[in-house]
Amino acid sequence: MFRKNTIKDSLGDRIFMLCIYLFLIIVLCAVLYPLLFIISSSFSSSRAVVSGSVWLFPVDFTTRAYAAIFNSKQIMMGYYNSIVYMVFGTMINLLFTVLIAYPLSQKHFYGRGVVMTMMMATVFFGGGLIPDYLLVKNLGLLDTRWALWLPGAFGVFNVIVARTFFQTSIPPEMQEAAQIDGCGDTRYLVSIVLPLSKPILAVMTLFYAVGHWNAFFSALIYLRSEELFPLQYVLRNILILNATDPEMMAASTQEMRDQGFQQVLKYAVIVAASLPVLLIYPFVQRHFVKGVMIGSLKG
Amino acid sequence: MHRMTKLKRSWELYLLVFLPVLYLIVFKYIPMGGVIIAFKQYNVIDGILNSPWVGFRHFQTFFESPNFWLLIKNTLLISLYSLAAGFPVPIILALALNEIRNGLFKRSVQMVTYAPHFISTVIMVSIVILMLTPHVGVVERLMGFLGLPATNFMGLPQFFKSIYVWSGVWQDMGYASIIYIAALSGVDPSLYEAARMDGASRLRKIMHIDIPAIIPISIILLILNMGGLLSVGFEKIFLMQNPLNVSASEVISTYVYKVGLLGANFSFATAVGLFNSVVNLMLLILVNQIARKTSETSLW
Repeated sequence: MFRKNTIKDSLGDRIFMLCIYLFLIIVLCAVLYPLLFIISSSFSSSRAVVSGSVWLFPVDFTTRAYAAIFNSKQIMMGYYNSIVYMVFGTMINLLFTVLIAYPLSQKHFYGRGVVMTMMMATVFFGGGLIPDYLLVKNLGLLDTRWALWLPGAFGVFNVIVARTFFQTSIPPEMQEAAQIDGCGDTRYLVSIVLPLSKPILAVMTLFYAVGHWNAFFSALIYLRSEELFPLQYVLRNILILNATDPEMMAASTQEMRDQGFQQVLKYAVIVAASLPVLLIYPFVQRHFVKGVMIGSLKG
Repeated sequence: MHRMTKLKRSWELYLLVFLPVLYLIVFKYIPMGGVIIAFKQYNVIDGILNSPWVGFRHFQTFFESPNFWLLIKNTLLISLYSLAAGFPVPIILALALNEIRNGLFKRSVQMVTYAPHFISTVIMVSIVILMLTPHVGVVERLMGFLGLPATNFMGLPQFFKSIYVWSGVWQDMGYASIIYIAALSGVDPSLYEAARMDGASRLRKIMHIDIPAIIPISIILLILNMGGLLSVGFEKIFLMQNPLNVSASEVISTYVYKVGLLGANFSFATAVGLFNSVVNLMLLILVNQIARKTSETSLW
């Protein structure tokens, strides 16, 4: 706060800075506290949670709730399905995004404007829920994994980000040189553009993967079979509709089988389900900030 | 001749773009054509093309139904409330962060406030419900501390919109501020130096340098938000909805889901959805026109 400047901060400015720090500290606490509270509650005993003695740190530390989660076939199945949806879904997304973003970045692509307009129009107008549903139904994709992969094969925002990156970050001289050597577009894309685009591909992988992991809506409307449900769908049954998996409770003793243990279980389920995303988050944070900036400022 | 050489040169590009364009046609443009069932009495046996035409009957039924004004009111109120709270908060956060030098504190605030954006809607709604559960939720206990009576927040319609909007602000303010922080980092530092030499206070620097710098991007985001006034996200409302608060929480998208997919009334639900997207499109065009006339900044 007390910077070494040639001109000293006036008293008014110092009070102003104090207010800014106070404001940011309040924001920081307001975001952090609920997260810490959930983590602490998930490691506390059911008695402590119900009696309201957990405020910041775990009370009567225990990992019993997490053991119960591992015993739940439903949740483990959901985990497995979500991983399958995420891995293959992200691969499809990346393939389609590159396939459309690269031609859109090429000035010699005759018909570029048409494809661009065709894609942008879908952002502002769409068929809506029922026509989408009927299409998936008529294609015979209802209640198959394809219903969660195909309808969102690429995101327009990500295509714009990738296109802008291809246009601005890869020197055009490189393409001229490649062309003179007789290198076609496909080979240029695979052996020069993609290796140079690793940062942007990493950002898009993150965006798509998180999208698949958190998706709930498509499962709600397209899936019927229990063995296909992704984790988010299972979580909704447990957390919001209060349908507890009997296998989770089986491992608990009679005394634990009260509302208290259900409460702790919910906190633990929340932590376990958010863990994959929150674990990779700090490592990729600086990348996605870059992604947002490329997409918004230059797009 | 020139056109032919151009076509020849880019044949590989057509090969590459073939699959994505096919995808656009099948998964985006065919459903757009599918909206014709809004003007038909769709039944499974005749299919989309052969079902009988009924003109604007479904629209008329919708406009005359007692639900119509309730849906419009809820949808608009939730949108406007979200906009009123969700639009300025990220800007304030970005301006505040911009005043601080890069350091551990700034990075921690950024990292922590961005994180909730990656929490799924299901988890987010569960957190809200857990926090507000009577007697055990942390908010309830805080209220008990202050001597306030226990309240079942999720069951009272008058609280629904505030819970929806402020939990949204909590989740997205950090992430939404990124774009403004980026715009602020592009400000020419010599402007700050000049202002400093002239003895401008920090507040005045914000008013005269920072705010003008983020106005273009703010207008673009505002236009996009206005275009979505009648489309409140389905997932979160649907998950927060319960029989007790439905009078405040039923919006167009949840209504379409219920009458369309649960009630199998495909044509009527498509008409409601089509009405929704047409109004959105008109709003977007209107706001864009106004922005173009008044501020130079617009989407197109």
